[in-house]
Amino acid sequence: MTASPSDPFPTHFQDLAWAVLMLPLVSALFITLGLRRSRVLTTTLSLSAVATGFGLSVWLFFLYGVSGARAAATPLPWLSVPGLDIHLGLTVDSLSTLMLMVVTGVSFLVHLYSTGYMEDDPEYARYFASLGFFTFSMLGIVLSDNFVQTFIFWELVGVSSYLLVGFWYDKPAAADAAKKAFLTNRVGDFGFLLGILLIWAATGTVAFDGVAAKIGADPALFGSLGSLAGVLVFLGAVGKSAQLPLHVWLPDAMEGPTPVSALIHAATMVAAGVYMLCRVFFLFGATPAWPEPLGFLGSLSALDVIAWTGGLTSLVAGVIAIQQDDIKRILAYSTLSQLGYMVMAVGCGGPDAAMFHLTTHACFKALLFLGAGAVIYACHHEQDIWKMGGLASRMPITFWTFLIATAALCGVPVVTSGFYSKDAIFASTLASGRPVLFGLGVLVAGLTTLYMARLVMIAFLGAPRSEAAGHAADPGRNMTLPLLILAVPSVALGWLPLGNYLRHALLPSAPIHAADGPSDVFFEPFNHSPLGAFFGLGMVIFGLSIACAAYWGAAADPFPARLPRLSRALRNRLYLDEIYQATVIPLHDGIAALAAGVDRWIVRGFFVNGLSGGMDLFGRALRLLQTGNLQTYAFLFVAGVALVVLLALK
Amino acid sequence: MTVGLHHYLVVSALLFSLGLFGVLARRNLLVIYMSLELMLNAANLALVAFSRYHANLKGQVMVFFIITVAAAEVAVGLALIVALYRRRGTAHVEDLNSLRL
Repeated sequence: MTASPSDPFPTHFQDLAWAVLMLPLVSALFITLGLRRSRVLTTTLSLSAVATGFGLSVWLFFLYGVSGARAAATPLPWLSVPGLDIHLGLTVDSLSTLMLMVVTGVSFLVHLYSTGYMEDDPEYARYFASLGFFTFSMLGIVLSDNFVQTFIFWELVGVSSYLLVGFWYDKPAAADAAKKAFLTNRVGDFGFLLGILLIWAATGTVAFDGVAAKIGADPALFGSLGSLAGVLVFLGAVGKSAQLPLHVWLPDAMEGPTPVSALIHAATMVAAGVYMLCRVFFLFGATPAWPEPLGFLGSLSALDVIAWTGGLTSLVAGVIAIQQDDIKRILAYSTLSQLGYMVMAVGCGGPDAAMFHLTTHACFKALLFLGAGAVIYACHHEQDIWKMGGLASRMPITFWTFLIATAALCGVPVVTSGFYSKDAIFASTLASGRPVLFGLGVLVAGLTTLYMARLVMIAFLGAPRSEAAGHAADPGRNMTLPLLILAVPSVALGWLPLGNYLRHALLPSAPIHAADGPSDVFFEPFNHSPLGAFFGLGMVIFGLSIACAAYWGAAADPFPARLPRLSRALRNRLYLDEIYQATVIPLHDGIAALAAGVDRWIVRGFFVNGLSGGMDLFGRALRLLQTGNLQTYAFLFVAGVALVVLLALK
Repeated sequence: MTVGLHHYLVVSALLFSLGLFGVLARRNLLVIYMSLELMLNAANLALVAFSRYHANLKGQVMVFFIITVAAAEVAVGLALIVALYRRRGTAHVEDLNSLRL
């Protein structure tokens, strides 16, 4: 199906995007309003809504994405005042249709998996309603064609993640984690909102196309705020995509059900930040400049800030992951690290590489989390990898799919998709002339292999370390099926010309390498960016050999004994939470106490209570005049008349 | 000495002041009521005097109305005072302050 939108018939197919967007919301609404009692109806409705959404997304992808056509679904007017026109509009183009497929596809598999994982939960229906609402919010960001709509759905994602992370709200840790995720995101969103206001003030429009056209016509449009506009918008991504220093919510968000972690970490929420950066990449075409107080930053561009934030995040998270013992936390830090990669790629002028990695990462990270969920399920909710062991022979499907995803995450050459996307990122760092970031990325690739090999060796190989691990078995079919399905793109996605597709979509002027035959399809990175490919391969071997030396058949982690200080610091997540606890939290509490004091003593005490108290006192004084004696009244009356007469005669 | 408008007005003012004094100073409701009548009639006197002075009968017509209305008012007022006295056993204004907060 390669119909072009100039055909008379298919021109309105882009309106199907509305259906993709609304289906999960409709299912969530129906489940909440009426179907809570029936598990069968809940399952059927939510699964079919997301499956239909996925089907339509695939269709839209081939209709609009592949042809590179760009269409806008019929917009809904929302707010129109002089100088500001905001509508709810949906963009259907290469970028959004690809992301639509990723989101609905992963969401569908997570839904399917959840029917097994959440089977015994008494709040089954509420879970699926929240899941549908979450998918809806994410699709809204993907399809949005203006900043305000993006922001609205951005916040909806925040709300729905709150509902999902805090799903087991009677567990204090889960309730706290949900609150932490929500509040940390608020910090980034504040910057995002300021950025949107700045852009609106400078360009007079909030539509992506309008802003892009204005910046294209005049890159110096923002004057001395050129870098700030990009950095403020990036702050939103720092919150959602959990970059330093706002990454602290993500590891804690592991308190939610494991399929939720898979959804949040793979295709939604954290991907939203990177996706948004790719969507508004035109913003970074503005001439870099800083206002006077920040003049010392010179010609530092927003992209530099983004690249370094991403690079540092990937390094710090990769280092912390080495010493985590909770299987989900290892994966959480690995997500942070991979997101750092993507953000770094955006900063290095490679949004195509970032989106490529986002797509492949969505598949294998979802697979890793769902695999971890299967392990946790089989080991009776045990998450410590040191209490697992020997699962490979007992849970073969889980083990092999997990291994495939691990290989993809590490970037094993040729046979995994992660290799191709990671190589694209390395290539973008080199192309932008940032060799330090290239070195950093290569180092993180080694760390990735190290901590993932550690995880696999300890959890799956060797002998069982606990009773539960000894009796573990593969879960039921609706949980293993998503694993098997996800293993396919984890391997094969890199063989598709996805890199070129995205390059064409995001950087239309950049040259495209067409593959010269089958060998170039598979070995393309070695041919076009050999440095990245060979270094990547080297780091995989390096990380694997260290992991083998340290953890093959190990009964306990040798690391704390060798480097006790470093190990302790890493186990405590480099004390970042404690540092926030000691600095940001007291500062915040101080400001809050000040604000509360102003409210309590000045607003309420002086203005509100003072006014009412004054009136009360005045009333009490006036009451003294009411004696009840008729003649007093008569006297006052006469005195009043006399006064009036006197004044009148004067 | 001819009696002119001034004389009538002075007498009227005196009557009015006496009545006012009675209303303000006396304690018995009945006496207060009589003082009120005195004030009313002071006003009547002034009206009649002006009517004569201006050779205009409208003032005197007004006085007739006042007298008839006052008669009705006295009937009602006295009935109220009698009813009050029967109920409370007193006709002194200091004792009648139950409307006070």
